[in-house]
Amino acid sequence: MIRAERIHKSFGEQKVLKGISTVFEQGKTNLLIGRSGAGKTVMLKILVGLLEPTDGEVWYDDTNFFTLNKKERKAIRQQIGMLFQGSALFDSMTVEENVRFPLDMFTNKTKGEKQNQVDKCLERVDLTGSNDKYPGEVSGGMQKRVGIARSIVLEPKYLFCDEPNSGLDPKTSIVIDELIRNITVDNNMTTIINTHDMNSVMEIGDKINLLHLGELAWVGDKNQVLESENETLQDFIFASPFLQRLRKGALKQ
Amino acid sequence: MGLNILYEFGRYLKLMGSMFTRPEKFSMYWKETLRQMNDIGVGSVVIVGLIALFIGAVTAVQFAYQLQDSFIPAYYIGYIVRDSTIIELAPTISCLVLAGKVGSNIAAEIGGMRQKEQIDALEIMGVNTASYLILPKIVAALFVIPLLVIIGAGISIMGGFLASVSTGMVTAADYDLGLHSFFVPYYVFMMLVKAVVFAFILTSVSCYKGFYVEGGSIELGRASTQAVVYSNILILLADYIIALVLT
Repeated sequence: MIRAERIHKSFGEQKVLKGISTVFEQGKTNLLIGRSGAGKTVMLKILVGLLEPTDGEVWYDDTNFFTLNKKERKAIRQQIGMLFQGSALFDSMTVEENVRFPLDMFTNKTKGEKQNQVDKCLERVDLTGSNDKYPGEVSGGMQKRVGIARSIVLEPKYLFCDEPNSGLDPKTSIVIDELIRNITVDNNMTTIINTHDMNSVMEIGDKINLLHLGELAWVGDKNQVLESENETLQDFIFASPFLQRLRKGALKQ
Repeated sequence: MGLNILYEFGRYLKLMGSMFTRPEKFSMYWKETLRQMNDIGVGSVVIVGLIALFIGAVTAVQFAYQLQDSFIPAYYIGYIVRDSTIIELAPTISCLVLAGKVGSNIAAEIGGMRQKEQIDALEIMGVNTASYLILPKIVAALFVIPLLVIIGAGISIMGGFLASVSTGMVTAADYDLGLHSFFVPYYVFMMLVKAVVFAFILTSVSCYKGFYVEGGSIELGRASTQAVVYSNILILLADYIIALVLT
């Protein structure tokens, strides 16, 4: 479980986050949604410790992250997996080397043990046989899957995903969403996904946090989205006339 | 302007300081250092060799021209080529060229990693990015660049031989005599000091410019150019200071 308490973040005079408090639950896919500029990426970077908040606290279970020293933060970070928007794979390494990198860097496992773990992760994301390819030789969807494999290779407790579906076609997006959802449930991880993909919201939104102008505008789950009267949520989710008609139809049924 | 230079210098020192921590895994750092030795060293032998060959040739031809109708013996050509190569041309010209080739490459590589969030990915894993990305490059350069400079010096002296002997400006025996005359071993020490200092400057400045890249491809290009320009200026400044201190 990760808990954010009264998170404020300013860049100079500009207030990006204004006192956000929420809980990201274990074993669930927790979504951070909102329009561009709402503060989602800044919030995610604060949660993961890449940015320090101007004020507020981030708790990893019973540990207040920003009160920790460098060494203690390092220990927490080794329990974190992160999937980046652009996958952030190392260009000079093959798929297998990318996935093995955290094992090489942080564990003393034998070569065979590492190979087993890498093969298991590649199989989990359905990439068996792509071991020797370089990131530049595989599609965007495959790069995302390699990114997922790398982020789970150390069996983390917390998984962060920044726009996991950006640049992917709808079918591949569903595959990625399902993969993240299954991994979260199977490993009982705390997963936080920053997205504005409506399909993700409706399919895997176990807990949805809507950010609007730096504030938490709505919290709920995918089943509450249709019925909610929250205007900010409805404006965001059902932005187009087509989706509005769809919602009306669904509500009538 | 002055404040900006101070800010940049302070940030550079801070980055260099954060580099010296205990490696997460020594074997990973060693592997990366070997990769960098290959990239910096093997990848630069041809360009350093070519430039050294022509520098030696030009020095010999120019000096032979100066000696025409003078009382200075012809064997001085070998002596002058040797000393000018060892004291100045091999370390300085080689490192100026390497600042262009290796420096811009390093800045672009690290800057590209910053832009593609690869540095963030490493940080989230718990890797000390300053140490893992910069230290192996600097260590590799400190070993490999002096070797390149030594190779360059040898090729430059050969270039002088080829240019002056093949055109009949001096006999092979005279050139050889010049090479063996008035040799001061201390000059080799000076050459190596210069090579080490210049290697540190060109890699650390390039790493610094790449590490703090913000924005898109234009900023990356600018950082790469600045890495080369700043490295060149600092190499020439250091060259002057070393000359003052060591002579």
